[in-house]
Amino acid sequence: MPVTRNVNIWTRIDKVSIVIFLLLVIIGWFNIYAAVYNEEHTRIVDLSQRYGKQFVWILATFVIAVFVVVIDTRFYFFFAYFIYGFLLFLLLLVLFVGKDINGARSWFQFGSFSLQPSEFAKAGTALALAAYLNTTRHDLGKLSVFITSVGIILMPALLIILQPDMGSAVVFLSLFIVLFREGMSPYILISGFLMLVLFFFTLIFNNTWLALGLILSALLLAWIVTRKWKLLLLAMVILAVSSLIVYGFNSLVIKSLKNEHILLISVLLSGIAYAFYFYNKRAFSLLAIYLFLAGSLAYVNSVNMAFNTLMKPHQKERVEIMLGIKSDPHGTGYNVNQSIISIGSGGFSGKGYLQGTQTKFKFVPAQSTDFIFCTIGEEWGFMGSFVVIALYVMLIIRLIILAERQRSDFSRIYGYGVVSIFFVHFFINIGMTVGLVPVIGIPLPFLSYGGSSLWAFTILLFIFLRLDASRSEYLV
Amino acid sequence: MKDAFIGRKYIIITFVILASLILLLRLFIIQVVKDTYRLSADNNVLRYVTQYPARGLIYDRNNKLMVFNQAAYDLMVVPAQVTSIDTAEFCKLLEIPVSSFRDRMNMAVSYSRRAPSVFLKQISAESYARFQEKLFSFPGFYVQPRTLRKYSKPIAGHILGYVSEVDESVVKKDPYYKAGDYIGKLGIEEAYEKYLRGRRGVSIYLVDVYSRIKGSYADGRLDTIAVQGEDVISTVDMDLQEYGELLMKNKSGSIVALEPKTGEVLALVSSPNYDPGLLVGRIRSENFMKLSADTSLPLFNRAIQAKYPPGSTFKPINGLIGLQENVTEPSTLFGCNHGYMFVGCHSHSSPLDLVHGISNSCNAYFCQVFRRILENPAYPSVEAAYEKWKEYLDQFGFGQRLGIEFTNELTGFIPSPAYYDRYYGKNRWKALTIISMAIGQGEVETTPLQMANMTAAIANRGYYFTPHIVKSIGTDGKPDQKYLTKHTIAIDSANFESIVTGMEEAVNGSAGATARVAAIKDIIVCGKTGTAQNSQGKKDHSVFIAFAPKDDPKIAIAVYVENAGFGATYAAPVASLMIEKYLNGEVTNKYSEQRMLELNLIAGD
Repeated sequence: MPVTRNVNIWTRIDKVSIVIFLLLVIIGWFNIYAAVYNEEHTRIVDLSQRYGKQFVWILATFVIAVFVVVIDTRFYFFFAYFIYGFLLFLLLLVLFVGKDINGARSWFQFGSFSLQPSEFAKAGTALALAAYLNTTRHDLGKLSVFITSVGIILMPALLIILQPDMGSAVVFLSLFIVLFREGMSPYILISGFLMLVLFFFTLIFNNTWLALGLILSALLLAWIVTRKWKLLLLAMVILAVSSLIVYGFNSLVIKSLKNEHILLISVLLSGIAYAFYFYNKRAFSLLAIYLFLAGSLAYVNSVNMAFNTLMKPHQKERVEIMLGIKSDPHGTGYNVNQSIISIGSGGFSGKGYLQGTQTKFKFVPAQSTDFIFCTIGEEWGFMGSFVVIALYVMLIIRLIILAERQRSDFSRIYGYGVVSIFFVHFFINIGMTVGLVPVIGIPLPFLSYGGSSLWAFTILLFIFLRLDASRSEYLV
Repeated sequence: MKDAFIGRKYIIITFVILASLILLLRLFIIQVVKDTYRLSADNNVLRYVTQYPARGLIYDRNNKLMVFNQAAYDLMVVPAQVTSIDTAEFCKLLEIPVSSFRDRMNMAVSYSRRAPSVFLKQISAESYARFQEKLFSFPGFYVQPRTLRKYSKPIAGHILGYVSEVDESVVKKDPYYKAGDYIGKLGIEEAYEKYLRGRRGVSIYLVDVYSRIKGSYADGRLDTIAVQGEDVISTVDMDLQEYGELLMKNKSGSIVALEPKTGEVLALVSSPNYDPGLLVGRIRSENFMKLSADTSLPLFNRAIQAKYPPGSTFKPINGLIGLQENVTEPSTLFGCNHGYMFVGCHSHSSPLDLVHGISNSCNAYFCQVFRRILENPAYPSVEAAYEKWKEYLDQFGFGQRLGIEFTNELTGFIPSPAYYDRYYGKNRWKALTIISMAIGQGEVETTPLQMANMTAAIANRGYYFTPHIVKSIGTDGKPDQKYLTKHTIAIDSANFESIVTGMEEAVNGSAGATARVAAIKDIIVCGKTGTAQNSQGKKDHSVFIAFAPKDDPKIAIAVYVENAGFGATYAAPVASLMIEKYLNGEVTNKYSEQRMLELNLIAGD
């Protein structure tokens, strides 16, 4: 039975995805060759060089792909939690026995061979999320389901933060796209987005003005909702009085509060007065606006504190440089600056294969791994960049189409997991090389050098292709 | 179960496409719209390395090498590449104090961390050889070859000039020069800088992020090759120059020897002088300070910058003008009773004709000639006659720069009528007022070069070529056209013969001849002594002009020995020795030579 079934699988597997996968892998290999090219080692399969090693990883990844496809689909379904749990265990283990590279314990070292469990955890988490939502009939309207889903997503992310590897942890947040597809309230995404915007605003703008701006927009919202002048006037008087009290108290007794702290406390203080009105009049919309205001003021205050105390100096700098607060072309911004220069110097049609000067002479850091796109941008120009981006967009949209045609919820949810992870890697990686996104070191799927990421992405993709190939079978 | 959220796939697809369009838009802006990144990329990877050409060599008139090049090495540093090195060993190898390491490093860093700058200039070949073996252990350092001047003999500093690093003002003015270039200063080095310097080349290399050279850019198609400077052949006779400097040792003064037929400078000695090798390389600025501070003024080129009264060596000129203006004949006799009016004279027979007036250097004779010139009835006034007299002097090149290549040549001074008008008042001066001009005293000032040039004009019987120091440039070059232009003096050559005979008599005559000390066996030397009053109140300067042989003169010479007394005592023997050395290659009068060599007019001063 297995033989006939295997033949069946290979004919039904999605050819479009496979072709794009193969193209990306080959493009990656050739560009790794260009990125680390030197005259002394011109053979592309030279095993002492990265392109030689990548060749081996590629051969291995084909084997892995075949292996992943021949496994029965039910294995992924039934062992989803087990795989997830095993990977969580590895993430925990790596914190203790992992090899310290650049201050992070992310790698297991076996002789000369090393493996990064966080890469594989992405597929594991996508599987677990799919399995969980499948069994709960994915009613994300239920708070318990939502919280459990978020827990599944955040657990590996938190373990990865402990390594610490912020970049890989951020990738897990992309799985919220899956939750959105499966019915999560869009307000969560929107407020997440607003929080992100507010986060950057906090860093860019004067916090006193930002807080005043927030209060003003809350009042404006309240006016739009109620159209009651007197009410708002009263609210403002209450706020002003409590501000005066807090301000006076601060200048006489505490003397250490900043303006934004005072405003937050005043808003909380006047909230006591407002509460009577909200309760008596059942004014839920005003309550929501108030909570939004208080929440965002608290958020602004905590972001500043978190940014200054929790983030590492280099991470702070990266964010600040991306936001244009700081300019430091030779320091932390050097990487991004050189990356933009190399891509920008490629022009429309590029300098030609192996003709890139910026990448070849090592002006761009990590040029075969996280910054592999620089080589493409420099040597193949806008045309080459367009082709690569187009391939990713085609792959992602193709995967969405495949996911939507699944009869099993498990397969569809997992498919969206794959889509989300590919998308966030693709967007953040290219975005950081062109200076749109802060530099968080995550690889470009299939193109960046490295066995772990290549294999992990292959497994991630081929599990889904396997699921898709046998979509007519019922899993449950 | 019905999927209530299937519509959200469109939101997700839209989101993916929008995000990709943002990336593409950003890529389009940096890759296609802006071209600043291409320039930044070039700045990153292209390194322009100057190829310094070897400076042209300088030969003497007999193709003996005077100036050549020695290799020197500038130690360059790229601070960003410097790792922790053994500074003690480093400084020991380079023979610099350890304390200076940080200063030099800071200088380099303040220039640029990634671009190379000079760490230590002009390391000698020996230091370089020692350093080269250890270079690998000092990452970030490399050596840029340069050339420094080397002199085959420690002579002719004033003629050759020197080479130094170009000033900022020159860099601003002349686009050819860049900071760190070398440029000729004074002498031949300055005058022929354009030929000697050659042309800088540039190689464009690709460098990696560590500034390591990875290969040449565009296969070297844009590189320019350094063109070696052209060689220059000087008119100087190195042996004669060396001999002249030897004779003038421990004396102040000057010797200028010319080839009359061409105006070529055979020797140009200014004493005290300096070894040109002192003004080379790292020791240059220190030595230059020392030489500048030296009270004996070794940097002062007396041959073209010292203004002396010509003294009696001026008499032949007045004799010539008198003849040409038809106020005297060669046979005109003037009496002398130990002088004329208030100008004294020494004992000699009287009256004398022109030939003997010169050979005996009679002051009274030339005072009367001068008076006749100025009181010539052919002119309406003394002033007009003086104007005419001055015209002749101008023709000889007095009171102006002759135009030798040296930029620091001075003019000397011949007073104009206006000068006397200012001094005495209009029409308040006449021949007797300025009678000391007759014998080369008073206001007149000439340089040794001008006197040598005058002598050459007399030797040529009425013409000269502007004195010059360079014979030819490159393989087939000729000197500047202005040095090939014959300057003819408006005095009949027949009139020169009496003067020449007088000068011949001065050296070879019997009764009352003033310069017999200058006579050379088998060579007819024509000369004229002079004793220039020293305005500084010290002993008079000893002056002598001469040319030889009388017919077909090969050398014309002017010698000044400061504070030495009569012309015959010191200047004449020096001139004689120089002439013999030049014409015969060696001197026979060993006694005179010995006397001059041992003479020290400075030590006992």
